[in-house]
Amino acid sequence: MSDHIVKSYDRDLEALGRRIAEMGGVAEKMLAEAMDALSSFDVDLAHRVVSSDPRLDALQREIEENAILTIARRQPLAVDLRECIAAIRISGDIERVGDLAKNIAKRTLKIVSEARVPRAIVGLKSMHEVAAMQLKDALDAYALRDTERAHAVWQNDSDLDALEDSVFRDLLTFMMEDPRNISFCTHLLFCSKNLERIGDHTTNISETVIYLVTGEAMPTERPKSRVPDFGVKDEAAQ
Amino acid sequence: MNAAVHAPKEPPTKVTVRSLDFYYGADRSLKNISLPLHANKVTAFIGPSGCGKSTLLRVMNRMYDLYPGQRAEGEVLLDGENILDPAIDLNALRARVGMIFQKPTPFPMSIYENIAFGIRLYEKLPRADLDARVEAALRGAALWDEVKDKLQASGLGLSGGQQQRLCIARSVAVQPEVILFDEPCSALDPISTAKVEELIDELTSRYTIAIVTHNMQQAVRVSDYTAFMYLGELVEFGETDEVFNKPKEKRTLDYITGRFG
Repeated sequence: MSDHIVKSYDRDLEALGRRIAEMGGVAEKMLAEAMDALSSFDVDLAHRVVSSDPRLDALQREIEENAILTIARRQPLAVDLRECIAAIRISGDIERVGDLAKNIAKRTLKIVSEARVPRAIVGLKSMHEVAAMQLKDALDAYALRDTERAHAVWQNDSDLDALEDSVFRDLLTFMMEDPRNISFCTHLLFCSKNLERIGDHTTNISETVIYLVTGEAMPTERPKSRVPDFGVKDEAAQ
Repeated sequence: MNAAVHAPKEPPTKVTVRSLDFYYGADRSLKNISLPLHANKVTAFIGPSGCGKSTLLRVMNRMYDLYPGQRAEGEVLLDGENILDPAIDLNALRARVGMIFQKPTPFPMSIYENIAFGIRLYEKLPRADLDARVEAALRGAALWDEVKDKLQASGLGLSGGQQQRLCIARSVAVQPEVILFDEPCSALDPISTAKVEELIDELTSRYTIAIVTHNMQQAVRVSDYTAFMYLGELVEFGETDEVFNKPKEKRTLDYITGRFG
C-alpha cells in the first residue's frame, strides 16, 4: 500500500521495509555459513559469522529508531501504524536469528579440535534445511505482504519441532555409546536447540506479517507436532 | 449507499438519527444518514471539509432553524422524541442539547454572568442557589480554581483555552443531556487542548457527547464511537478502535491514513 498525500511518508515506510529485507539477507547468510562452518569444521568461516553479528545489531537499532521516529513524526494509524510496529518486531526476531546463528558458529569453534562423530551433524543439517526454508518463506511473506505464505510458515513450524526430537534421540544414543562423545554432542544439542529457536522466530515473523496485513492476531496456540514425542523432550521447553 | 456498520454490543442510545436528509436551499448536503449516539459515550465525526459533519451536528439542536432556506427531512429522536417536529420547543431543546463551537464565544460580560445568564433563562433561582450552580458549572468545566477570585472580571479577558472551558461551563450550567462539540480545540494550544480533552472524558459520566474534529488523533483519544462521513454520506460508523485499526471501508482507511486524493 502506498500513495500517501505526503510523499516522504511513503519513503519512510518503504525505507523500513528495505532495511528489514537487508537484515533478513544478512541473517540468512549468517545461518547458512554457520551451518557450513559446523559441517566442515571451518574455523575461518565460523569467525566470519561471529563478526557479521554487529552489522545485524546496528541494522536493528536503525530500524527501531526509524520506526519510532516515523510514529512520532506521522502519527500513523491502522495499517501504517502496524507497518511501524511490524518493523520493530520483525527486526527483533531477525536479530535473534543472527544471535542464534552466531552461537552455532561459536560452538563450532569449541568443537573443531574434537570432531568425534561427524555423522551426528546429519540430523542438524536437515533441521537447517527446514529452518532456512521457513526463514526465507517468512521473509518473502513479509516482502510480499502474503498472508497465505505466512500462514504456511506458521503451520509448518511443527516439522522443525519433530526433527529436533529426532536429533535429540540420536545425540542421546551417541552419548550413551561412548561417554567421550558427551562434550561434542552436548554442543550439537545446543545447536539443534538454536535451530529450533530460529524456527520459533520465523513463526513470530509470520504471525507479525498476518497482523500487519489483517490487523488480526494469530491464536496463541500453534499446531502441535505431527510426530508423537517420545517423552524424552524437555517438557519445560515446550 | 449503505454505510458499513460494525456490530458492537450496543449500549443504550440517547439520540437516534434515522434516514436524515438535509438541504441548504436546493443542495442536498446530508444523504440518508442513520446512526445512534450512545448514552454517556463520545461519538466522533470525522471527514474532509464539506462532508456534512458540522451540518449533522447543527441538526441535532435545530441550530439550522436560525437560517432561512435550510431544512431537514427524516428523524432525529432524542429519547424517542423527534426533535425535527415543528411543534417542539426550541429553547427547551437547546437547553437539553448544548453546543460548543470552534471559536470560543463568551458573552461580553463577567465570568459569573456568562454562566448565570443561561441559567436565568430557564430557571428562577435564589441568589445562593444561583451562586452554587455557577460554581458547580465552573468546577465541572475544570475552570473554578483559575477564576474563583475574579468572577466579576470580563469573560473576554480569559485566555483562549479558558474561554473555551467557560463556554463548556455555560453549557453545563443549564444541565443539558447532550453536548455537541464542533471542533472545540482547533483554535487552542496543546495544553488547553489536553485540558478540554480531559474535561470531555469527565463529562461522559453525565452527558452524551458528539464531537466534530479534524484531528484524527483527537478522535482516537476522546471517542468511543467514530463516524466517517464523505460528501454528505455516512461511510462508516463503529467503535473507534475498530474504525481506526481495521476500518471496513477503503475510503475510511484512505482518509485516516492520509491517502485521500
